[in-house]
Amino acid sequence: MGCLLLASFQTYAQTPQLDVNIVYVEQKIEHPPVLSNLVAWPEDEGLMGATLGINDNNTTGRFLGQKYSLETLIFEVDEPKSSRDEKIQRVLAEGSKLVVVNLPADDLLSIVSLDEAKDDLFLNAQSSDKNLRNEECQANLLHTIPSRAMHGDALMQFFTKKRWKQIFLIEGNGSSDSALADAMRQSIKKFNLKIVEDKRWIENADMRRNASNEVPVFTQARKYDAVVVTDEDRDFAQYIPYNTWLPRPVTGSAGLMPVTWSPVIEQWGAAQLQSRFNKIARRSMTGRDYSNWAAIRAIGEAVTRTGAVDATTIRSYLLSDDFELAGFKGTSLSFRSWNGQMRQPIQLVHDRAVVATAPVEGFLHPITELDTLGYDKAESQCVSFDNNNQ
Amino acid sequence: MRALFPHSKISKGLFSSVCAAGLLLTVADASAHWAYVTNEKDDSISVIDTETNEVVKTIDVGERPRGVTLSHDYTRLFICASDSDTVQVMMVHNDSIEFELPSGEDPEQFALHPDNRHLYIANEDDAIATVVDIETRQVVSQIDVGVEPEGMAVSHDGKYAIVTSETSNMAHWIDTETQTIIANTLVDQRPRDAEFSLDDSELWVSSEIGGTVSIIDTETKVIKQVINFEIPGISKDRIQPVGMELTSDGKTAFIALGPSNHIAAIDRSTMTVTDYILVGRRVWHMALTPEEDKLYTTNGVSGDVTLVDVQDKKALKTIKVGRYPWGIAILPKDKIPN
Repeated sequence: MGCLLLASFQTYAQTPQLDVNIVYVEQKIEHPPVLSNLVAWPEDEGLMGATLGINDNNTTGRFLGQKYSLETLIFEVDEPKSSRDEKIQRVLAEGSKLVVVNLPADDLLSIVSLDEAKDDLFLNAQSSDKNLRNEECQANLLHTIPSRAMHGDALMQFFTKKRWKQIFLIEGNGSSDSALADAMRQSIKKFNLKIVEDKRWIENADMRRNASNEVPVFTQARKYDAVVVTDEDRDFAQYIPYNTWLPRPVTGSAGLMPVTWSPVIEQWGAAQLQSRFNKIARRSMTGRDYSNWAAIRAIGEAVTRTGAVDATTIRSYLLSDDFELAGFKGTSLSFRSWNGQMRQPIQLVHDRAVVATAPVEGFLHPITELDTLGYDKAESQCVSFDNNNQ
Repeated sequence: MRALFPHSKISKGLFSSVCAAGLLLTVADASAHWAYVTNEKDDSISVIDTETNEVVKTIDVGERPRGVTLSHDYTRLFICASDSDTVQVMMVHNDSIEFELPSGEDPEQFALHPDNRHLYIANEDDAIATVVDIETRQVVSQIDVGVEPEGMAVSHDGKYAIVTSETSNMAHWIDTETQTIIANTLVDQRPRDAEFSLDDSELWVSSEIGGTVSIIDTETKVIKQVINFEIPGISKDRIQPVGMELTSDGKTAFIALGPSNHIAAIDRSTMTVTDYILVGRRVWHMALTPEEDKLYTTNGVSGDVTLVDVQDKKALKTIKVGRYPWGIAILPKDKIPN
């Protein structure tokens, strides 16, 4: 709070302009073909969230003499890795940079480990990968998108509250589906719940015609309280609800879903963020849009409070106790000092409403209840942060 | 009660007569004002009689009514109908909407200048503050402010209008002569409400997500004190300061603490929190009666209003209103139409 008092008073339009350039890196994702015609991923997902973040920062910045801009490096699906990395490398070599990244975990790691990246700060807004928050964490890499573990823990806290103890797990066939299923298994164990069936989804099932025949047989079991389905690309999950052998709630990638953001969130002033986003994007805000928005806003907040733009100062402010960001989720957002993960509530929603917000009431933590979600200090395998922050 | 009078029937009898005397006193000293409460999700206003503490009437208004205030002569009620993008002006004598003011988009809160003529309105979706002349019904000025302007206050001397912007985390100081921003004070996350002390020497700003109240020196526009809150057994994250009421004797400040379901009472001589009073769920705003002996709080999630005794710092009664009560304004008894 000390620095807040120092920097708290600014007379209007007297300070010299501070230019804050943020690099936005994205490689377009090729989504696999899915069964439903209704599943569509916006072309500008991520970018629109970042754009809104820049707009919000500039609305604030005009009173403080700050001008924010976004330098975009967007690559098509077929851009080869070598030429992509070369282009990124060239930009990073220009000096200390603030970079918001939308890349898969492996690609992200190869970028942040470059020599040119040492003096930069990266904010991961796309990958929920486990290793990025653990063994493979990097000191110059923070994460505004939640890990899969945070989503899993959010859902299992709700299961605990509802006393849904016996779980039928359906794992999709994609590699991200397996990663999500692993996160779910870990959360189920963490909250002392039980998997009674653990099955991999049938490949080549035509659910649009046959869901009512296939799903009951597939979900046949003597007893379960709820189904958890992991299908990140939404290939089949939406065909599971109401077709299960036992009449039980379906959760995970369909039915009751843990989300980073969703158009149904309107409490905590969220309606305003939604409407600002709809105005510029002409569509609803997704979780990835939100994570990009949060990354840019976090940088904006750090620049406003410190008056600095260099990656080192921004990083240490973001990881300090002074940093907090109002993120329309009911509590302030901050970063975990042990692995750079942004703390945030996870909403549990269905298509039309928010059902619950995690941390669910009653799950306690000595520091902040937000740390009941994901890798807490004692659990995290990340070691890169120790020397730099404590 | 048992703890107070543990022994005899006599003391119980004594207690009842004290009660009766108290009751008689209350009736004789009746303060039948009207409290106007906006119901955000019912598009209506509930009017509470402060003597019976019951809803005496419900008035249909525009969509998503939030901020509400009375003209200084108490003849008109101004209502921010956020989703109708208008400020409605209701005649107190017959509950009819006299006219609507061009408010800019999504008006949330406003403050009336002491001249009883200029209304300062926060336009939440547009990052502007609109100044409307009530007499001519024209927009006098639109001022660019930070992201999501919300709280509004005008100093008692009329010199400054304050807008707080929730996402920019600032209190903007508008010079009411020139209608321009002359200073910005950075505060904690998501500033919601602003109130001047009666002598205008201090500006109080509540930060919902920051969980604090900043007291800013009007002269220097620098924060001189930050008040923190702590309620045993309630997570820090749920303590979210929103509405504020300062008593005119300068002794007490009440702060509504949102989803902690409590309001805090601050002793202004020591600047410490003396009491946390349990009210309804997600308490938004408050209003003092003209005598300042009673305080009414709007509790958004539980859909009710809590009556609090200012002296004893105790919640006395809960009054059911519409869905998501938000703003509140009190009409003194001598101004109630016959």
